[in-house]
Amino acid sequence: MSWYLSLPLILPFATAIICYLLRDRPSGAWVSVAGSALGLVAAIVLMALVLQNGVVAGQMGEWPAPFGITLVADLLSAVMVLITAITALAVAIYALSDVDARHGQLGYHALFQILIAGVTGAFLTGDLFNLYVWFEVMLIASFGLLVLHGGKEQIDGGVKYVALNLISTILFLTGIGLLYGQTGTLNFADLAVKVDAVENKALLTVIAMLFMVAFSVKAAAFPLFFWLPAAYHTPSFAVSAVFAGLLTKVGVYALMRTFTLVFDHDVGYTHTILLWVACFTMVTGVLGAAAQSDFRKILSFHIISQIGYMILGLAIYTPLAIVGAVFYLVHHIIVKANLFLIAGISQRLTGGSDVFKIGGLYKSSPFLAVLFLIPAFSLAGFPPLSGFWAKYIIVKASLDESLWIVAFIALAVGLMTIYSMTKIWAEAFWKDHPDGIDPKLSALPGRTALLVPVIGLALLTMVIGLMPEPFVTFAERSAAQLLDPTEYITTVLGPEAMQAADPLEVAP
Amino acid sequence: MEPLLSILIGVLVAGAVYLMLARSLMRFLFGLILLSNAANLAIFVSGRMTAGAPPLVPDGMDVPPEVVANALPQALVLTAIVIGFGLFAFALILAVRAFRSLGTLNTDDMRVAEPKEKG
Repeated sequence: MSWYLSLPLILPFATAIICYLLRDRPSGAWVSVAGSALGLVAAIVLMALVLQNGVVAGQMGEWPAPFGITLVADLLSAVMVLITAITALAVAIYALSDVDARHGQLGYHALFQILIAGVTGAFLTGDLFNLYVWFEVMLIASFGLLVLHGGKEQIDGGVKYVALNLISTILFLTGIGLLYGQTGTLNFADLAVKVDAVENKALLTVIAMLFMVAFSVKAAAFPLFFWLPAAYHTPSFAVSAVFAGLLTKVGVYALMRTFTLVFDHDVGYTHTILLWVACFTMVTGVLGAAAQSDFRKILSFHIISQIGYMILGLAIYTPLAIVGAVFYLVHHIIVKANLFLIAGISQRLTGGSDVFKIGGLYKSSPFLAVLFLIPAFSLAGFPPLSGFWAKYIIVKASLDESLWIVAFIALAVGLMTIYSMTKIWAEAFWKDHPDGIDPKLSALPGRTALLVPVIGLALLTMVIGLMPEPFVTFAERSAAQLLDPTEYITTVLGPEAMQAADPLEVAP
Repeated sequence: MEPLLSILIGVLVAGAVYLMLARSLMRFLFGLILLSNAANLAIFVSGRMTAGAPPLVPDGMDVPPEVVANALPQALVLTAIVIGFGLFAFALILAVRAFRSLGTLNTDDMRVAEPKEKG
């Protein structure tokens, strides 16, 4: 009955097993592509069902809700699963050329599929402890992918990534334990109901802060982002693209889920902290990017600054702001993964990733230049690309709440983003290559597999930008679900759950 | 029982923080192990302690006879221990690899991915 909820999870796991068995053959990479394509179909089916029926929930093993393992898909979960599947397919195709036979043999494709399973599981789970388990699935796969090359740089970046992520995991686990002690449940829907009955609100706020810190590390928010620029520029491009697109966004998703559904008892305190965290995240990220010269390091710091916008949307906590956060989340995954994929092509063409030491891409590969401009301008927020609408909604939401300084910071950070993007443009694309290399795209071996995902993601950015209305309408519905969790709770626990929570109905 | 265990958790966390502030990667990892054990104990205590009452249903009955220990935190802790074990196995191997390829476990000297600032 709940096959459509478990299918997006089963498919990547099954693909991972087949990929591992076929790791010595080149067909393993194609199995990964085929599995990701099937995963995309499963995600589309799930999306269609959620659009039609509202929130869908499934109890694994038919154990009823607060006791068993629950999978839930509301609009936010469904869209995150869909966008994960799209990114997975794009990166799987890119990996056909980018990942060589040796890394395939070491198990790249299997680890990649397990990573996708972990990310999808984190989006679909309806239970806090299972969220922890999916985080671990995702983490261990990402550890493996990060150090697969085994070079000095990868090991060094890997140590920092592993260390900080393990701390965050333990904080998360402690938070789970304390929250369980207070409420006696870990099911999201059940928590949303029972958390109101907790008498010691101060302790609840402490627990909320534990979760905030744990998820902020995952999301790379200020001041806990140091692992990200230390690690993201070291692995292969296919790996860093999927990291950049998906991993931090799982942290943002977890923040959005817990701080709308569970910890909404003291919005004035928790969300004010989030607001300033968001502002500092935006500013430090964009300033860090300005100081870098490596293609991927610039992009890594921009992940941080963009994470700030999403957290800002959550922190303002009005319906419009949540709409902006959801829209931003979707837009950013597509754009960021795409930019990392383009960075990979540019390294292949020019032989380097330090933008001051490469160049000539515009003259010799104008098509790639156009492909770069689309996500780069979208990231900076140029109309009519997807980033413009995302930024517009967030800034509008902060102006509506008379948060003038916040709106100013958001706009100024957008301007600084353009600075970084023009730096990449001027150095890597416009000027001649200092070593006189003529990087022709048409001479690149295996270019079809590299270009197809880049073109696909760029088209998606254009579609969202030119026809934002269905996407904004979708984000509005999704935000409405987040701010009024009644449908989520009744779907998971049954229609009686809300009535029991209302003290007026219990004692008339 | 609860106050005693709470103090123990506090001691474990304090030791963990002390170890994790050290420069050596190995000390950091040992601190992490202590911290994760503290977290596991915290879950265990949160589920309330019930002495000498295993959560078993006797033959011929559908529900346990009287008050029994809460089985859920035990299951959670067990899962967390297993996951933590896997992660630490990986982290320790990573430390060995780091020592072999970088020649140091001093985190101040591990500056390959992020080279030191010039000047």
